[in-house]
Amino acid sequence: MTRRMILASSAAVAALAVSAGAQRVQPPVHVDGWGRPVAEKPKDYTPGPAPKRDLSGIYEPAAGWRAGVQATGARDFPSDRAHTLPFTPLGEKTWRSHRPGFGVTAVEIQYNNDPFNICDPIGTPRISLFNLRGLQIVQTPKQVLLLYQNSQVWRNIWTDGRELPKEFDEPRWYGYSVGKWTDDYTFVATTRGLDERTWIDNAGRPHSDQLTVEETFHRVNADIVELTLTIDDPKMYTQKWTALNKFRLGLLPDSFDIREQLCSPSEAANYNTTQADAVKK
Amino acid sequence: MKKIVVVAGLLTMAVPVLAHHGNASVENKTVVMKGIVTEWLWTNPHTFLKFDVKDESGTVKHWTAEWNNPSTLVNFGFTARTFKAGDEVTVTLSGVAKSGAPIGRLKSVLLPDGTLMTEDEAVGK
Repeated sequence: MTRRMILASSAAVAALAVSAGAQRVQPPVHVDGWGRPVAEKPKDYTPGPAPKRDLSGIYEPAAGWRAGVQATGARDFPSDRAHTLPFTPLGEKTWRSHRPGFGVTAVEIQYNNDPFNICDPIGTPRISLFNLRGLQIVQTPKQVLLLYQNSQVWRNIWTDGRELPKEFDEPRWYGYSVGKWTDDYTFVATTRGLDERTWIDNAGRPHSDQLTVEETFHRVNADIVELTLTIDDPKMYTQKWTALNKFRLGLLPDSFDIREQLCSPSEAANYNTTQADAVKK
Repeated sequence: MKKIVVVAGLLTMAVPVLAHHGNASVENKTVVMKGIVTEWLWTNPHTFLKFDVKDESGTVKHWTAEWNNPSTLVNFGFTARTFKAGDEVTVTLSGVAKSGAPIGRLKSVLLPDGTLMTEDEAVGK
């Protein structure tokens, strides 16, 4: 949002409050899962140096806790008139069969066939490309574990030297991942064996069983990790494309409790009944 | 009860982006009305406020309006107990169903004690 829009929005809310007779507008306060306010860093705060070969910590998007929503698709390749993906014919056809709520192919809610509507697992890489909020990274001697606020799921990235199989008998919603340090501050994870039913992002970009997701986690300093995520799927795209480019994740205090954010099938069904079905009238 | 006030064209820059369902079913316009809360659903993927609005002829319409998910709203002071059945509130919608159904998207709600509950778009961007 531009500064002008922010000011206009704030002014509009204030005007509304006055016109409605409000005594006060409830102030926004960022809180953790226990409802505890998250302290802001002092203005003169300078982050320390990046620790070597260490990503562990609890993070949120550094630009703000909602900066990872990416409603119109992958942040660095959104579904709009300015971005055209290098689809293969199959990729284009598959994309057109997906009917998302956002982007250039957005449809009204009653026609939306987003698998997440019924709480199908959000999958990799959409877990990073839609509603990326709290993320805890845990390192063990043989794995890097990614614990996500959205859907309260985890991914394990093996660092024990194993290689990904050439074929997968059982595709998984979150795939099979291996990773390695390419230098003291850069960790690269590769994921394959992904279930084709998931969408790449909120704009319904498709993928096949040939998808390779590469995630580069670069620790800039003690407080910031930059995440770059690329999509390589020769069945759907004629070339690799970058969905996230140095997306900054900011370290939170280690007392930060990641809030539960689950897709509940019964609550989603209620939503579809009371809201989605009602607009058909 | 005052009649519904429609302020089309105002505040459209602040229409919230709601999860993955999109905005294509919604006409962006501001609608302000007074009503009585019947239910507050603190659910995923969206919260709902249900309320009754009586028009000048005395006819009561049952409205359902959605807001963002709890994970977002908690950062604006909302809780599962922010509204309770029987509360007299002033509701401002940022959009209503194109179909004409009494379905909307919430912009703000003025509580009986004068507190305006809103999701300030300027925060977290």
